[in-house]
Amino acid sequence: MTTPTPAVAVDQSLLYPSPYKEFWQAFSKNKGAVAGLLFMLLVVFCALFAPWVAPHDPSEQFRDALLTPPSWLEGGQWQYLLGTDELGRDLLSRLIHGSRLSLLIGLSSVVMSLIPGILLGLLAGFFPRIMGPSIMRLMDVMLALPSLLLAVAIVAILGPGLINTVIAIAVVSLPSYVRLTRAAVMGELNRDYVTAARLAGASLPRLMFVTVLPNCMAPLIVQATLSFSSAILDAAALGFLGLGVQPPTPEWGTMLASARDYIERAWWVVSLPGLTILLSVLAINLMGDGLRDALDPKLKNAA
Amino acid sequence: MSLLNISNLSVRFGDRNAVPVVDGLDLKVDKGEVLAIVGESGSGKSVTMMALMGLVDSPGIVTADALTFDGNDMLKLSNRQRRKVVGKDLAMIFQDPMTALNPSYTVGFQIEEVLRQHLGMNGKAARQRALELLKKVEIPAPESRLDAYPHQLSGGMSQRVAIAMAIAGEPKLLIADEPTTALDVTIQAQIMELLLSLQQEQDMALILITHDLAVVAETAQRVCVMYAGQAVEVGHVPQLFDIPAHPYSEALLAAIPEHSEGAERLATLPGIVPGRYDRPQGCLLSPRCPYVQDHCRQQRPGLDPKTHSLARCFYPLNQEVA
Amino acid sequence: MLSFIARRLGLLIPTFFGITLLTFALIRLIPGDPVEVMMGERRVDPEMHAQAMERLGLNKPLYAQYIDYVGKLAHGDLGESLRTRTSVWSEFKSLFPATLELSIAALIFAGVFGLLAGVIAALKRGSLFDHGVMGISLAGYSMPIFWWGLILIMFFSVSLGWTPVSGRIDLLYDIEPRTGFMLIDTLFSDDEGAWLDALRHLILPSIVLGTIPLAVIARMTRSSMLEVLREDYVRTARAKGLSPARVVFVHGLRNALIPVLTVFGLQTGTLLAGAVLTETIFSWPGIGKWLIEAIGARDYPVVQNGILLIACLVILVNFVVDILYGLANPRIRHQR
Repeated sequence: MTTPTPAVAVDQSLLYPSPYKEFWQAFSKNKGAVAGLLFMLLVVFCALFAPWVAPHDPSEQFRDALLTPPSWLEGGQWQYLLGTDELGRDLLSRLIHGSRLSLLIGLSSVVMSLIPGILLGLLAGFFPRIMGPSIMRLMDVMLALPSLLLAVAIVAILGPGLINTVIAIAVVSLPSYVRLTRAAVMGELNRDYVTAARLAGASLPRLMFVTVLPNCMAPLIVQATLSFSSAILDAAALGFLGLGVQPPTPEWGTMLASARDYIERAWWVVSLPGLTILLSVLAINLMGDGLRDALDPKLKNAA
Repeated sequence: MSLLNISNLSVRFGDRNAVPVVDGLDLKVDKGEVLAIVGESGSGKSVTMMALMGLVDSPGIVTADALTFDGNDMLKLSNRQRRKVVGKDLAMIFQDPMTALNPSYTVGFQIEEVLRQHLGMNGKAARQRALELLKKVEIPAPESRLDAYPHQLSGGMSQRVAIAMAIAGEPKLLIADEPTTALDVTIQAQIMELLLSLQQEQDMALILITHDLAVVAETAQRVCVMYAGQAVEVGHVPQLFDIPAHPYSEALLAAIPEHSEGAERLATLPGIVPGRYDRPQGCLLSPRCPYVQDHCRQQRPGLDPKTHSLARCFYPLNQEVA
Repeated sequence: MLSFIARRLGLLIPTFFGITLLTFALIRLIPGDPVEVMMGERRVDPEMHAQAMERLGLNKPLYAQYIDYVGKLAHGDLGESLRTRTSVWSEFKSLFPATLELSIAALIFAGVFGLLAGVIAALKRGSLFDHGVMGISLAGYSMPIFWWGLILIMFFSVSLGWTPVSGRIDLLYDIEPRTGFMLIDTLFSDDEGAWLDALRHLILPSIVLGTIPLAVIARMTRSSMLEVLREDYVRTARAKGLSPARVVFVHGLRNALIPVLTVFGLQTGTLLAGAVLTETIFSWPGIGKWLIEAIGARDYPVVQNGILLIACLVILVNFVVDILYGLANPRIRHQR
């Protein structure tokens, strides 16, 4: 009988990929998500460098080129790649400058609602008896109104314009973050690692922000992405109704409001701004889906 | 002729080159026998049985040299033919009883479903028989339970209902996949007793998947030890416990807290079970085995008869004839 | 079951008061002189101003004003429209059926096609159909519906001439408003072709309004089905040797529909928001268009109480959905 030789354990954890690499592997498998990401990078590029990328000034009116069709159609000119609108302004330039507005509105409204939303959600989750019910009731009341209507109401009060649009959209998105955070926090609070941290003497702020919050981020990130896309849609809707960004500012939705009268004569004035909205929102939603699939099923596939 | 004959069963998720979750498993079970399958989580115990039942979905690929049950070639059966066997002659109960029952239908409905499907019973007759089955699994106040919803039952009672559904077709083989792991300790003993009495009464074969070696010692006639998707030792109970041939079996036994004899640390093998990225070329236990030789690291041993049992090892232990 | 309903009703009441508080606060926040705001006139002469303040109760402290407001609501007094001088409530009543008819048509469209597409996509996971359904529904809720409406009008009404551009029915027909539902009222009229005309007017707006709910329902059904098909009890059902059809429809769908039901209910909110836009595009005479015009015209009594009424509607529908949910899901029914 041979004498046993003790085995040496190999540190097998070194063989597994890092979490960031694993995330990217999962995310990049989703071709739609990657396509969305690429499109958004294009939009961001346009937004950042609009004055240099756009062929013309968006408010410059070319009086002798009113309602020119896109360049590939009969009557179109290469100067105005996507045609011009009823005041002779180049559509492509307006769309490119419009991307600045949409991204700005999206980003600022998300940030403006994410931060208070997380805070309120944390408070509601950590103090379910003292602060929880009142916070959640308030959120329920806010959710009782469909988001567009609430936004419309807020803008009706504050008056139309860019800033008020951002405020309205931020207020309207708030409840979902609060609810999400609260639900995630309450789920995590029961876990052992939180109890362990408490026993180890963690202070309340530390518990909230260092221990619990990072583990709630996944659904919040996904929600933030989706909020971004609905912010763009809501801003466009408000613009279309005449309540949001006012003409002549080239916001995509506002452009559609004035285009209504030209359905029969100039379809491009109607189709193209809306198409841009569609593609941008689609891209963000694809990314959001990819994010969700990459972040979540790590838990689901753990078998 | 064995009731169940599994030969070289492999299950992979992905393509032909993916790492197998079950790797060349051989197993035989006779009529009326009690076989236990033990192993760590992830050793492939459950997947084997799911493959037998036809419950492995894509991207899983099931391959085997032979997979016969009660004379049926399970690999060649059409879906319709398989459904005549599964749930009737071949039944299975699962680990978590609280999620195993459909929350939207009553207990009676779910039992009567089996009776209707396999025994053609209907209406009053089915309800009557369902009641009898509930009595057989020793559920208190069975009449009221027939119309109860699963969330109104405790874990132990849910498992009894699951057992009732499984024996409704009078199976020749019942597979119990860790039936008591999710239950309280006191209930565990009751459920095991119930399973065994049913097994004897109906003369049915029982495959018990578990990681509780004490239960195995008390209930099984033969035991199969699995590691990393392979059967590493198959032998008769008390022998395998007294004189294990495979180093992994020995390690399992040594790790039982009662065997530690007051030592400061429990006996364990260093390292972890091989996963996707680090499967050894040779014997799957070689990175961790206390008795490893160079030969072990290069070649994979087959499951061959040794003195007291079948063992997958080049240098098995305890080979002296008792 | 009754206690469940009672509990849910109990939750309604504080929410309702919350809404009244919200609408009350909203109006008070409007910049400018309150009398001018409420009366819609500028530069009222001082004597009339004082009288108006007295009459409108604007010199009382805020909480007293709020109590007045709620008191009036309790009596059904929702004020008068500044433009038409008719009561807000009667305007709402006359315009609401149009929105209701449109919404129901949209929901039927969304529900039928959404459920079907979702179930088939889940069953044929990974197939072309699945990807197609997912792609289309993603596009569906990524799109601005006012643009979608314009595109459909451009295509079907202007180019093809298949459907009319706006309104509920051709001006030729004079239909007596019995129920307010055009599809029902036209059945009573003597004019042939009235019913068909009403239908033609209804098609495009309901497709536009129903597009987003369709997309959401299809996705939700699919993912719910996929999740349910992974559940342990589906595995048990298969282990019992049941036929695939039975496993999918009896065991799977029954449970998969439960979250879809909630989504269905939540879609009412989206629907009302969408109605605002759809009605504007199609000149559909419903409460959405009414509200937007009131905002544009600064008709504040309409704005304030119109929003209140719509919010109450949403709460009511959510309440009904909650009850239905309790019926469908036995676990919720028996809670506490």
